[in-house]
Amino acid sequence: MIVRIMGEGQFRLDEAALAHLNELDAALEAAVTAEDQQAFSTTLADLLGQVRASGEAVPDDELAPSDLILPGSNATLAEVGEMLTDEGLIPG
Amino acid sequence: MGILNRFAMLFRAKANKALDAAEDPRETLDYSYQKQLEMLSKVRRGVADVATSRKRLELQLNQLNGQSTKLKDQAQKALSMGREDLAREALTRRSGIEGQIRDLNTQHAALQGEEEKLTLASQRLQAKVESFRTRKETIKATYTAAEAQTRIGEAFSGISEEMGDVGMAVQRAEDKTAELQARSSALDELLASGTLDDVTGTSKDDITAELEAMASGSDVESELASMKAQLSGGDPAKQIDAGDAAGSPQSAPNSEGTANPAAPTQPGQTGGQQ
Repeated sequence: MIVRIMGEGQFRLDEAALAHLNELDAALEAAVTAEDQQAFSTTLADLLGQVRASGEAVPDDELAPSDLILPGSNATLAEVGEMLTDEGLIPG
Repeated sequence: MGILNRFAMLFRAKANKALDAAEDPRETLDYSYQKQLEMLSKVRRGVADVATSRKRLELQLNQLNGQSTKLKDQAQKALSMGREDLAREALTRRSGIEGQIRDLNTQHAALQGEEEKLTLASQRLQAKVESFRTRKETIKATYTAAEAQTRIGEAFSGISEEMGDVGMAVQRAEDKTAELQARSSALDELLASGTLDDVTGTSKDDITAELEAMASGSDVESELASMKAQLSGGDPAKQIDAGDAAGSPQSAPNSEGTANPAAPTQPGQTGGQQ
């Protein structure tokens, strides 16, 4: 499974790490829904740490889409909310 | 479905839309490759812009640090000449400059982080674009309708996701440097005109000014106190001060004659050359 941290690159994780990621993912979603910046930052930091620690960086020349995409460490609640509601924010 | 999955889907939907729009997917490959090259030069420009802003900040920091040191020296001299009012004025100005320095240091660290990230992003994108080019040629050469969609889809989604990510990173960096450039220009003007010395010359409301005066006032008081302690106490720092004052032409007669009568006769003064 490939996970991208925005602004940082892609990491390859094995399925064993998925369960914990899913848990944190749910917590992150709850924080976004509740517009709880504090919980959002804490959970996001956990998630990023988890991916960096258990993942292996995907080589630069590999061309594979990610299964999961994580906002970067500086992302704010507002930015993430905007990205989810406004597709236009993602250039392409 | 979690939020992370939704993010991934958003990126992929974007890629699929572009791919579906083309009659022949191979056209999309060439078109996309052009866009990738454009993005690559955009990222490189971004890196250069951030580096320019960073260097400009470094120059300003040097200037401000120089002013801060100069004002501290002036305060020291003023105090050794018995002009506490002048020393206070100098330290007050210095306190304003120190605030600017702290602010610039924070911005400098942020810019440095941005520069590192963008540099890595540019390397990543370059490797991926190169990889895409190779893949594109292979796909075009061996193209059969059946396999095309999947093979193109994978490479295309991969690169388009990278482009989206890098595009946002560059945008963020551009916003940041643009904001910083405006502030840098303002600061450059202040530095050039010398008005930065006048910490009261800003258009702040009364309360802010009062609060800042109180904060910087206590800094000033404590620095004055420590300078006084150095002058009056018989600690080694006193000899350093005396040596310093005697070594500088403007204040030499005064400091020997009045402020530090005992200093020149004390042993160990050779250690005072800083």
